[in-house]
Amino acid sequence: MHDKTITELAAALKAGEFSSVELTEALLRRIEAHNPELNAFITVTREPALQAAREADAARAAGKAGPLTGIPIAHKDIFCTAGVRTSCGSKMLDSFVSPYDATVVEKLKAAGVVMLGKTNMDEFAMGSSNETSYYGPVKNPWKLDAVPGGSSGGSAAAVAARLVPGVTATDTGGSIRQPAAMCGISGLKPTYGRVSRYGMIAFASSLDQGGPMARTAEDLALLLNNMAGFDPRDSTSVEHVVPDYTDGIAESLEGLKIGLPKEFFGEGLDPEVGQVVEAAIKEYEKLGAEVREVSLPNSKLSVPVYYVIAPAEASSNLSRFDGVRYGYRCENPVDLEDLYKRSRGEGFGAEVKRRIMVGTYALSAGYYDAYYLKAQQLRRLIRDDFVRVFEEVDVLMGPTSPTVAFNIGERSDDPLQMYLSDVYTIAVNLAGVPGLSIPAGFAKGLPVGLQVIGNYFSEAKLLNVAHKFQQATDWHLATPEGF
Amino acid sequence: MEWETVIGLEIHVQLATKSKIFSGSSTAYGAAPNTQASAIDLGMPGVLPVLNEDAVRMAVKFGLAIGAKIAPRSVFARKNYFYPDLPKGYQISQYELPVVEHGVLDIDLEDGSTKRIGVTRAHLEEDAGKSLHEDFEGMTGIDLNRAGTPLLEIVSEPDLRSAKEAVAYMKKMHSLVRYLEISDGNMQEGSFRCDANVSVRPKGQKEFGTRAEIKNLNSFRFVERAINYEVERQIDLLESGGTVVQETRLYDAQKNETRSMRTKEEANDYRYFPDPDLLPLDIEPAFIDAVRETLPELPDEKRDRFMKEYELPAYDAGVLTASRELAAFYEHVVQESGRQGKLSANWVMGDLLGALNKAGLDITESPVTPQMLGGMLKRIQDNTISGKIAKDVFEAMWNGEGEADEIIEKRGLKQVTDTGAIEAMIDEVIAANPQQVEQYKAGKDKLMGFFVGQVMKASKGKANPAQVNELLKQKLG
Repeated sequence: MHDKTITELAAALKAGEFSSVELTEALLRRIEAHNPELNAFITVTREPALQAAREADAARAAGKAGPLTGIPIAHKDIFCTAGVRTSCGSKMLDSFVSPYDATVVEKLKAAGVVMLGKTNMDEFAMGSSNETSYYGPVKNPWKLDAVPGGSSGGSAAAVAARLVPGVTATDTGGSIRQPAAMCGISGLKPTYGRVSRYGMIAFASSLDQGGPMARTAEDLALLLNNMAGFDPRDSTSVEHVVPDYTDGIAESLEGLKIGLPKEFFGEGLDPEVGQVVEAAIKEYEKLGAEVREVSLPNSKLSVPVYYVIAPAEASSNLSRFDGVRYGYRCENPVDLEDLYKRSRGEGFGAEVKRRIMVGTYALSAGYYDAYYLKAQQLRRLIRDDFVRVFEEVDVLMGPTSPTVAFNIGERSDDPLQMYLSDVYTIAVNLAGVPGLSIPAGFAKGLPVGLQVIGNYFSEAKLLNVAHKFQQATDWHLATPEGF
Repeated sequence: MEWETVIGLEIHVQLATKSKIFSGSSTAYGAAPNTQASAIDLGMPGVLPVLNEDAVRMAVKFGLAIGAKIAPRSVFARKNYFYPDLPKGYQISQYELPVVEHGVLDIDLEDGSTKRIGVTRAHLEEDAGKSLHEDFEGMTGIDLNRAGTPLLEIVSEPDLRSAKEAVAYMKKMHSLVRYLEISDGNMQEGSFRCDANVSVRPKGQKEFGTRAEIKNLNSFRFVERAINYEVERQIDLLESGGTVVQETRLYDAQKNETRSMRTKEEANDYRYFPDPDLLPLDIEPAFIDAVRETLPELPDEKRDRFMKEYELPAYDAGVLTASRELAAFYEHVVQESGRQGKLSANWVMGDLLGALNKAGLDITESPVTPQMLGGMLKRIQDNTISGKIAKDVFEAMWNGEGEADEIIEKRGLKQVTDTGAIEAMIDEVIAANPQQVEQYKAGKDKLMGFFVGQVMKASKGKANPAQVNELLKQKLG
């Protein structure tokens, strides 16, 4: 049963083929068997999961089951879960048990899902390889010495290895799409403001967006149905009607206008990855789509702009981790300054400290205008590129990441090389538009992701575009050997 | 050399919202530590701020009252610094774009003239918690009940030229925010406190001198003393060849001195930037219009009306409109007394405020209600009692013996106006003092007072003094 998608599991649960308790037990056994090797989970919540599964079965027996009732999922360990450790992949929060549920957690709970545990991630979501986690790197199920991508590496690996059919994740510069691509699964970053950020530990507030990861676009739609929506507790969430994302998912793509940003196919792109993406686009032409080249001239500035704005916001967002109220506190501080310096110095890892330093510098008096303000102006230009191009085309397509999964340790000492892994995904966050990644084939024996980008609040269209591809191809069904 | 003092004030007003500026926690004062701090106030991971509309309404109300511009768009920024009572490691405040800009406040000077003081801006921000250094040996206690309480920071232009002017401005502002009902103005509880920017310059010089900022002054007296001390310190320093350094100073009320907290070089770089968790605050004209509808009569308007409507001198009108409660009390007394404006003013400002002051009570706590006082004034007006007897009646009312009529009745204080009864008393007095009658008739007019006194004494103060005078004159020829 572990090989079924959420859609299939929902049907099986409904038909009484097995119970949620049986399904939950089976997946917990798989996690037990494979997690020591993959390190995809930081925390497994066995007892609460079984309790939730029993409640789901009871609800079903009482005729009160919805589409997700009894479906096991896992949350990226960045979402606060009441009564359960929420570490954000950091030593700083190793002992932190959240007193409340994030809105996303609350909504999915209300929909009847069964949480199996919390997935591994780069520390405070800062990373593209899941190597910065305090809990150690996650292995890519397709190749155990390769990274799963990041920061939602644990979430992606868990789905790819069939430990769980769907997960929540977050995407600040590509943290859903890039690991989805590298692990051969589907992942959606919704429009900024589509999913509440309340209870999602902030990395860069103006870029962070929660979204689902699963095997198929259909499953993403089911999950998004229960994640999206205005939240009065998040002032940046948007009051925009939430459709049923499974409606119209199978609509014809006849006449769909696809734009290929030429900047996404230039230098730096692994030619083999490029070939896979081009083949996928050919597939879309067969489905009736029209393809044309477009340009996002300012997108080349995305990486530097991102690495000013995101660290600037992070440097402020992470100030609350001071050893005073919760989380890590150093031993025997001699005074307040010592408490701050050592709690933060010992509690944060190297990449987090690097970004706090960069961000603090960018916001400092005398540098603010040259860095932060300039970056905000450029962000506007990057956004305008998307607005303009979506007057011409319905969606944009290109590679999710310039390469397939690289080996663990290969880029750890070269932050710039690491940052380039997100060169095609970052602009999407800066603009705030939605984007998804779906499996499009293999290069060097590893999965390649196709990124599809849409206009604001066009999630339904993106899911439709992804679903039709998955109807026509079976890349999304490929399973890593041994899983 | 003659020096001129230049002062600008930053007043922090705690807004009287029910809940905090970015969370639903109560703002009530005095609860057990940390019982009014939610996950949001504690700066828990993942929490987000949501702006309290009431705080915005109050800021707009204030802006309208000082004739200021209400910004159609203002922005919340983060002021970053580390301190244990600042849970998020930053304070949410308004920096580049405040909600209120360019207002004015007229203050009354001692010579009777008024002076217009510019208000540069007023912005919304959240308060920090409290660090408690006593009671915890070798440690510091943190109480986050106050964290997130809405503040309006009101920044004046450097238009004030003396400690007295600064106090007049602060008092006027205090009265205004209470009139507007946007703050309880309680200074002991820290609801109304100020920082003073003080500098001196040679008289006639255009450029400002280097200023020192004196932090956290929470009484009118401290403001006056701290400024006076600081001005002298700066003048002494300059006259002895020194220079003033730009710094933050703290006023020690016990020693009556200011001392350095930190210099400009040691000042934090707050790394302000727009808070990405909050959208820009857009205020629609309709919102402003709706707030304008709720504006009460303001102190200056009320004073002018009192002068006209009740024929009061400017001084009386000023005293009676100093607070909204006192003005309301006075107007109620006027109404109950049969519209005796001046008489009501005399009694409220004299006996009533005197008694309240002595007892340490607020006007709202007065044991003598407007109905009671007005009722008594009516009896003075209709000659039931004299002004002198009224003092006794007032005291009895104060002591809880009931309403004026009740007391007059019970104690038999009713004024004697029956001509026959007064004549009888006069006859007795004349009969008992033949010598004085002789002297009076011989031209010693001064003795009239003696006779009046004797008659009043005979009547136990109840005879109508005017009638006594009249009748005595007739009888003594």
